[in-house]
Amino acid sequence: MSMDQTLTLTLSREDIVRLCERVEGAQTRAYAIPKLTDEYPAMTIADGYAVQLELRRRFLAAGHKQVGWKAGLTSRAKMKQMGVDVPSIGFLTDRMARPENSAISTHDLVHPRVECEVAFVTRKDLQGPGCTRQDVLDATDYVLPAVEIIDSRFSGFKFDLPSVVADNGSSARFVGGGRPRYVEDLDLPTLGVVMEKNGETVAGAAAAAVLGHPAEAIAMLVNILAELGEGLPAGSFVMSGGITEAVPVKAGDSVIARFQELGSVSMRFVE
Amino acid sequence: MNEDKIQHYGDALYDAWRERRTIAPLLEQEPDITLADAYRIQLRYIERRVAAGESIVGKKIGVTSKPVQDFLGVFQPDFGQLTSGMVYQEGDTIDLGSLIQPKAEAELAFVLKEDLQGPGVTAMDVIRATDYVLPCFEIVDSRITDWKIKIQDTVADNASCGVYVLGKTKGDPRKLDITLAGMVLEKNGEIFSTGVGAAVQGSPANAVAWLANTLGELGIPFKAGEVILSGSQSALVPVVDGDELVCTVGGLGSCRVKFAGRSAA
Repeated sequence: MSMDQTLTLTLSREDIVRLCERVEGAQTRAYAIPKLTDEYPAMTIADGYAVQLELRRRFLAAGHKQVGWKAGLTSRAKMKQMGVDVPSIGFLTDRMARPENSAISTHDLVHPRVECEVAFVTRKDLQGPGCTRQDVLDATDYVLPAVEIIDSRFSGFKFDLPSVVADNGSSARFVGGGRPRYVEDLDLPTLGVVMEKNGETVAGAAAAAVLGHPAEAIAMLVNILAELGEGLPAGSFVMSGGITEAVPVKAGDSVIARFQELGSVSMRFVE
Repeated sequence: MNEDKIQHYGDALYDAWRERRTIAPLLEQEPDITLADAYRIQLRYIERRVAAGESIVGKKIGVTSKPVQDFLGVFQPDFGQLTSGMVYQEGDTIDLGSLIQPKAEAELAFVLKEDLQGPGVTAMDVIRATDYVLPCFEIVDSRITDWKIKIQDTVADNASCGVYVLGKTKGDPRKLDITLAGMVLEKNGEIFSTGVGAAVQGSPANAVAWLANTLGELGIPFKAGEVILSGSQSALVPVVDGDELVCTVGGLGSCRVKFAGRSAA
């Protein structure tokens, strides 16, 4: 993707800090806020990333550790569900990680949803622009199955791209697990995935739903990072975006994501 | 429903199929048709095709996904008969002129090496009795105007079966995760939809077991060598002249098919 048309910053430094504090408050105290473009209709995607990077600066200053990134809105199902037409990225920290098969509290989330993703762990630095799918595969240490628990801080899960980018791509929690595999031992696009909630199948798809190949989403992420003046360091954990549509969860729900060749990832939600 | 009416509607469907035209939904003409009546009408329609020279080579299972079951207001699949005139092989071009209002579905086909006699058949029996599985397309078609079908209409119309295409890559279900295998459907080089085996009754083997048991109650055995289309794992794809479809089952392989000509509707 190109952000040429939307690279222009329209927000002042003061506005960026103000919106960042608004998002940070909603994230840490788990309440919904109106989408940011209601107040700043001219807000661009570049403005959204400026707010997101300010949010990251504050989290890191508070002692959080960045573990990687996530690509979002990478499948046609997700873009349709959310009414946007370009993917986005968000950062991941250690505070968002939850162990496989654990109880995940919902009291500090607004309206969580779960989606199945293929996650990549890198062993070489990746730098855009011009990063390709093959560059990503060459730089990959291993892939593993993951579930992302997204949680838009915007009322009714209704947003536009600048707002969702500012809200760190709706990132909230993530669970990696299952069986790590080398990419050369797999045909990633045809890997099947099933999401089960409380024993019932609620979503199913193949990984090709993510831009034709999950590594394509990682390449796109690296190229967006380049536009933000960053690279993807070796050792990063990167989620390639929801293969299935996002499924709402609440306390009492139990979720299993089952992946062809990659095993499964399970969790349950509590108050 | 009396035998005269069964024959009347079976013959009407046979004539519509032969002449590539549609008829009004049967339920509009006859609101009291039961599911059992619908299967008797299907039998009559297929008897006519067999009398005209075709043979029965297998079965298809339909209405296997929850969205389609919800749409039709039913809680179980349905089935139809595969005949020798419906078979295409991978690489063939399908003549749309032989069809009325076709749509394609990507599926997994089973070929049996042992008879399966229901009732009492489980998914484990299905795997045991399976010779191999294949990626395949079913081209569904409806002899009912504008696809305005309810469950009785589609069952009577041989579960809306048109023709089918078998891939060439044989898979052993003991070496393949047919439940979690992904299904990628491409139309003219672009991804059209993706799916997974579990979308079919939890697993395609469950759908085949359901059919073995359903046929068993009717006293019909499942015979070695028969082909069973286990149910759609993709969205329905409308097809027109020049279209090319490829479906790929994760860990198994692909089936490719082209379309030429114009369908009737």
